[in-house]
Amino acid sequence: MIELFQERIREAAARGAALRFRGGGSKDFYGNAPRGEVLDTRGYAGIVSYEPTELVVTARCGTPLAELEEALARNFQILPFEPPHFGAATLGGCVAAGLSGPRRAGAGGVRDFVLGTRVIDGRGRDLRFGGAVMKNVAGYDVSRVLAGSLGTLGLIAETSLKVLPRPPCERTLCLEMGETDAIAAMNRWGGQPLPVSATAWHAGRLFVRLSGAEPAVHAAAHRIGGENADQGFWKELKEQTHPFFAGPAPLWRISLPSTATLDLAGEKLIEWGGALRWLKTSASADEVRRAAQHATLFRAGDKSAGAFSPLDAVNARLHKALKAAFDPAGILNPGRLYADF
Amino acid sequence: MGSRLSVVNALRGFLPERAILHEEEDTRPYECDGLTAYRQLPMVVALPETEEQVQRILKTCFSLKIPVVPRGAGTGLSGGALPPGDGVLLSMAKFMRPVRVDPVARIAVVQPGVRNAAISELAAPHGLYYAPDPSSQIACTIGGNVAENSGGVHCLKYGLTLHNVLGVRGFTAAGEPITLGGEALDAPGYDLLALAIGSEGMLMVITEVTVKLLPKPQAARVIMASFADVEKAGDAVAKIIAAGIIPAGLEMMDKPATRAVEEFVGAGYDLEAAAILLCESDGSSEEVEDEIARMKAVLEGAGATRMTVSASEAERLRFWSGRKAAFPAVGRISPDYYCMDGTIPRKRLGEVLTFIGELEKKYRLRCPNVFHAGDGNLHPLILFDANDPDELDRTERFAAEVLEKCVAVGGTITGEHGVGVEKINQMCVQFRPDELELFHAVKHAFDPAGLLNPGKAVPTLARCAEHGRMRVHGGKLPHPELPRF
Repeated sequence: MIELFQERIREAAARGAALRFRGGGSKDFYGNAPRGEVLDTRGYAGIVSYEPTELVVTARCGTPLAELEEALARNFQILPFEPPHFGAATLGGCVAAGLSGPRRAGAGGVRDFVLGTRVIDGRGRDLRFGGAVMKNVAGYDVSRVLAGSLGTLGLIAETSLKVLPRPPCERTLCLEMGETDAIAAMNRWGGQPLPVSATAWHAGRLFVRLSGAEPAVHAAAHRIGGENADQGFWKELKEQTHPFFAGPAPLWRISLPSTATLDLAGEKLIEWGGALRWLKTSASADEVRRAAQHATLFRAGDKSAGAFSPLDAVNARLHKALKAAFDPAGILNPGRLYADF
Repeated sequence: MGSRLSVVNALRGFLPERAILHEEEDTRPYECDGLTAYRQLPMVVALPETEEQVQRILKTCFSLKIPVVPRGAGTGLSGGALPPGDGVLLSMAKFMRPVRVDPVARIAVVQPGVRNAAISELAAPHGLYYAPDPSSQIACTIGGNVAENSGGVHCLKYGLTLHNVLGVRGFTAAGEPITLGGEALDAPGYDLLALAIGSEGMLMVITEVTVKLLPKPQAARVIMASFADVEKAGDAVAKIIAAGIIPAGLEMMDKPATRAVEEFVGAGYDLEAAAILLCESDGSSEEVEDEIARMKAVLEGAGATRMTVSASEAERLRFWSGRKAAFPAVGRISPDYYCMDGTIPRKRLGEVLTFIGELEKKYRLRCPNVFHAGDGNLHPLILFDANDPDELDRTERFAAEVLEKCVAVGGTITGEHGVGVEKINQMCVQFRPDELELFHAVKHAFDPAGLLNPGKAVPTLARCAEHGRMRVHGGKLPHPELPRF
């Protein structure tokens, strides 16, 4: 299968024909519009190795994320970054998109758990970076750069991830609170040794999830107060089936310092201890990006303003130089991240 | 290529005289970092105090086409800050300003010359701390930590430098200002921050670092557990993980290591045990009590012959003092020692330690082992006498076999100390030519002229062809007073 991928990429590079990597297609909406001939990654699937006591799993790109998470669950382990599925997600797409869920602020994001990758670059070369061990500083950390690269640097054929034990106890609380107070509370809890694994605020209600040893969770719950709430809330949030995400208004995903105020009109949902703000607004892309440096147009009918915030000149030059290093023919998912490469 | 005088004259245009060292008596202290086996007098040492000066130094060197090697405290163990004989050693030692601590957002913005431990000291009044704790933390700087992606004893639970740095600011080799990451959790585009961290000063010069601060755990206790054989201790580690526990620290030392240490610091270790484990739990007091009880049960089931739980903070620190002093303690029982840094999948521990035991006989050299057991990072310490050329040669061959073994069992030649000049030949064993070529392409994207820290970390393909296989040099550590991992 790897040889087939290599051959397909070499052949496309020779023709200068754009290729579009695609697993389950669950994130077709994400980034700028995909273009090029589809290279379906689902044929290269399955777990290569999984040693629960090593806290490492290595799997192929086409492995359904659901299947991977089930295998971990059988050993009481989880992907700590709690990735969204948005449908029939595969591991390759999960790493390429680099999207993390509610546990991000406390546990870390996709890139924090990527230990190694096997990648087919734009010249069809089969390359391995990092490895299946916790600590590895040999060579540049190419694997983590691939997380969130949207397939523009290469086909992420296999990924080794650090996994963690599932917390033995989880509990969700809900408190009535306005936006400003909620952001203050999230930051206050973040500075205390509490087992907070997720926070979210929407429409006057602040949700907080506690995860860890049972006595610690209950002691923290006592301290935080509020009402018990349904654990299912976090799945609705992660998978964007929560009513907030419905409707035709453009949906922005804004990454900010956790204490920042976001001065924009629209409906808001706050996650990650204040560091992630979802915004449904009719404001123009320029207005949004003036108010917040890193604003992604997540779901929208019109993405002509570009899905991602523009890069400064030095970063833009580095991006193009890296792209040229991995994909000299410029055929891998062109334009998906930024229009000009 | 500039002569010394032309470089000094160019720097005099914007640097005060005290910030330029070029006489041998002044440059001599910079001839090596923590790996003293490699020495090279720098042509010039520059000690800038402002970002503007850093930028002008870089622009000057860029136009003169001479190499620049950045340096923090010089505690690195792989020769990453070995100076250029034909260029400028850029000491960031004067960048010692803590720019800002934001206790609400839990971040600190500091200059790169701020010591690792000083960040936690700055954060302490707010109940916060900076998690990565390389054991040289009282001396090493955050800039060097970023360059090496430093670890420590708590990284299984709290991550490496990479997981705790939010952003860096600095300059490219050409002197262009560059910012990667920031104060938010995500940044647009490729994660170039991940590339810069651990790049051994080859991609950019850092002038400011933004780090995450964490709430200081309310409580911490450590279990010292004895085992009658090393394999059993290794199995106990796997059983702790299998029980769903991620200890804050999980360290192993074998008998030769505990004996060397005990004589030095009197940590109270069990000297009859073939291996001891230190298993730490931290968090709220409820969490710690719960976790210590669960770990004790697992360790008992795994065949621990003796267990002591620290009863006070003083006792906890005493148990750790032995581990933290392992390197200098070994330094006392041998004229020289060579520290390795391979990482292996934990399940191969028994096999690798047995292999090391056989090499001790084969090369007639002793090799105590200290081990970050939780994350598979081995630090075997080969004892030798550098004045005996035959011992030095045997040490080199011993170390080479150990590192090859680490790669063969699916691990890596370096877990946290970096490649530098020390392990550059072993990179040829771990990576294939296509992969090395891509590393060079990454370097070229940032530094097309190849002026930043040239010749480190990534070997040329020609070098790999020439060496054929690895060849390892012995090293002796300066700063013997510093605890090290």
